[in-house]
Amino acid sequence: MKMLRFLPLVLVALIVAAMVWRLANPPDTDVASGMIGKPVPEFAATAALPGEPMLSSANLADGRPKLVNFFASWCVPCIGEAPVLAILKQQGVPIVGIAVRDRPADLRQFLSDNGNPFERIGSDPQSKLQLAFGSAGVPETFVVDGKGIIQSQHIGPIEPDDVPGLVQAVKDAK
Amino acid sequence: MIAEAGLAALWLAAALAILQIVLAFGPKQVRLVAAGPVRSIAIVEGALTVFAMAMLMWVFERTDLSVLLVAENSHSAKPWLYKVAGAWGNHEGSMLLWVTILGLAGAALAIFSRRLDTKTLTAALGAQGALALGFFGFLLFASNPFARLNPPAFEGRGLNPLLQDPGLVFHPPTLYVGYVGLSVAFSLAVGALLTSRVDSELAKAMRPWVLGAWIMLTLGITAGSYWAYYELGWGGWWFWDPVENASLMPWLAATALLHSINVLAARDSLRAWTVMLAMIAFSMSMIGTFLVRSGVLTSVHAFAVDPERGTFILALLAFYIGAAFTLFALRSGKLSEGPRFELVSREAALVGNNLLLTVILGIVFIGTLYPLFIEALTGDKLSVGAPYFNAVAGPLALLLALLVCVGPLLNWRGDSGEKLKRLIVPALVGVTVVAIAIVTMPGGLLSKAGLGIAAMLAISAFLPLVGRKLRRTPLSTWGMVIAHFGIAVTLVGMAASTMLTKEVLTAARPGEQVQVGPWLVEFKSVAPTAGPNWTALEAELRASRGSGVTVLKPQARYYTSPPTETTESAIKTVASGQLYTVLGKPAEDGRWQLRLWWKPLVTLIWLGGALIALGGALSLGGRAWRGLRKGRER
Repeated sequence: MKMLRFLPLVLVALIVAAMVWRLANPPDTDVASGMIGKPVPEFAATAALPGEPMLSSANLADGRPKLVNFFASWCVPCIGEAPVLAILKQQGVPIVGIAVRDRPADLRQFLSDNGNPFERIGSDPQSKLQLAFGSAGVPETFVVDGKGIIQSQHIGPIEPDDVPGLVQAVKDAK
Repeated sequence: MIAEAGLAALWLAAALAILQIVLAFGPKQVRLVAAGPVRSIAIVEGALTVFAMAMLMWVFERTDLSVLLVAENSHSAKPWLYKVAGAWGNHEGSMLLWVTILGLAGAALAIFSRRLDTKTLTAALGAQGALALGFFGFLLFASNPFARLNPPAFEGRGLNPLLQDPGLVFHPPTLYVGYVGLSVAFSLAVGALLTSRVDSELAKAMRPWVLGAWIMLTLGITAGSYWAYYELGWGGWWFWDPVENASLMPWLAATALLHSINVLAARDSLRAWTVMLAMIAFSMSMIGTFLVRSGVLTSVHAFAVDPERGTFILALLAFYIGAAFTLFALRSGKLSEGPRFELVSREAALVGNNLLLTVILGIVFIGTLYPLFIEALTGDKLSVGAPYFNAVAGPLALLLALLVCVGPLLNWRGDSGEKLKRLIVPALVGVTVVAIAIVTMPGGLLSKAGLGIAAMLAISAFLPLVGRKLRRTPLSTWGMVIAHFGIAVTLVGMAASTMLTKEVLTAARPGEQVQVGPWLVEFKSVAPTAGPNWTALEAELRASRGSGVTVLKPQARYYTSPPTETTESAIKTVASGQLYTVLGKPAEDGRWQLRLWWKPLVTLIWLGGALIALGGALSLGGRAWRGLRKGRER
């Protein structure tokens, strides 16, 4: 019972230790997506442009690592990202697109204005596919390996500085 | 010159704090003559801090852009009220306010605590001086509010628009008076341990301070809850956010202390426990300040993260809390137990109250710091949210509310439980309410039980008055009755709004109608409007319930300095609840996002909080008046 009097002191020491640790290790607020390391969700999306090939999860497991880019014609940062995607394509990186909540006419206009770096474009009219990937906005880009497993997620537009890293990530995803 | 005068006052106050410590804790010969000087010093020190705070408010009022803090946080085009209140709407200014209240508390302790024995008072003032010195050091070396900017800025950066609200004028100062008022209880506990005089005299000297601080904490938390409710546009009144918890924890500790202090005052029991609670209460205040000021925990309260300042405050609080509990560990063994009491007695009920409050405090504390501990030990990141707090603390809080029905009916020392028969009727009412709620209302069992217990408490709260001559009943008893009734009122508000709230999130074109609960809301139009330092899009909503039309005008505001968008909700309060409306973003096709809530009885939450504080104020006033009258008779 006598030792009980030291209990508050011990608790204080514990709490202070935890806080010292926190001050020494500032919080890293980036929490990696739970989808990393998991296969892409099963899906079969109709083509975003009528007459083009459709996009399904089988296309993402065809042996070639690639980028999956969520974008939309109504998304302003996507316009800024378009030239960077073109550079990635030039460097031999396969890119498939998923057009979120888009209309064929708007999308066709967007692609003719900004270029079309995509091998295929799937349509995601209700954002369901986007949510299944664990993505919250556009543009977002996933690195998917040849077996269809998600390797990493890039939130926001890809900047020119990100290109070498992404090219390397796709190479490493073999 | 104004800023320099403020800074000089701070340095002078810090020097006086050193003198105060030396005199109070010096060699025995010094201590013998120290009583008078230490008191005078504490009073002058308090005056100097008030002077420094006034100087800061003055430079903010003038928008003196050669002061760095003003340039960073104010703007010449800001409304007058927010210019002045903006003095504490930032880190440095709010720490100065903290220290000012600490200085004032020390001065008030020196002026008013005449009944306490001199040795304990001197030691307590020394402890208060030691607390002040650390925070003076923090201001002067790590957070100087009076630093100059050379050359002066052309224009200030402006104040975060979320803070440009009457809430800023009241919420931080009341909360701080509560936080820092508890420092007096801390210092008195330290003083009493040093002189080994923990008795009912100490309790009587400590009680008004605890009561006063507790009243302000209650008001501050209630005001903060309402401010967040209408300003953030989320329609919620409590988020279990770390910074909210930081204010709740000292309140829980102070509430426990408030009750145990009565046992010590009336029966001379619970000596070590009461002293420990007094230390815990202010420790929680300091930990709260640290959590808020260091950015150690992730919170919606977006305060600047500064590891260097965090380290400084952490060192201070580790020293103060560590020293206090070391003293407690060494000295509390010498305290005798005090008179015993029976299992059914007022004392036992108050011990029950203290145990439950302490466990709830522990639950909130663990929930708040758990993510930090887990990440330190395993590297996993997680957050603890409302489901944990509600599920674990909720039932205990309800149990406590049940105990509030019982405790005031018991006598000190021992009781036959005769008066408990009076609880039969309230209990039956409570059970009936639960039964009705289960049959007619949606929602969880916890809320329904809460409604029933609230009904029981609303009646039982008045039972201590039965058989008394009402005009002769002391004000402090009335205070207790009203505060306990306030708990019932708050509980009803929480339970009803949790179960019965109706929410509609919709996109509507002007001219369309939306039904939410009993209200039919017509979306008339959206038009631009402007204020002194903002522009806004304002919707006109016409809400009706059967007859009569109420016009609500929620806004989506845009502030230019700093550029920020805020949502200004429009709320219609009626007797049975609130209609809460928020204007969201426009869609491409001419529709607008609208968020509408009908929240039945939600206002009772804050009304209850105000009643609880009013009860405390009556009790404090009654005791002060009796003290005065006694003094005159002598």
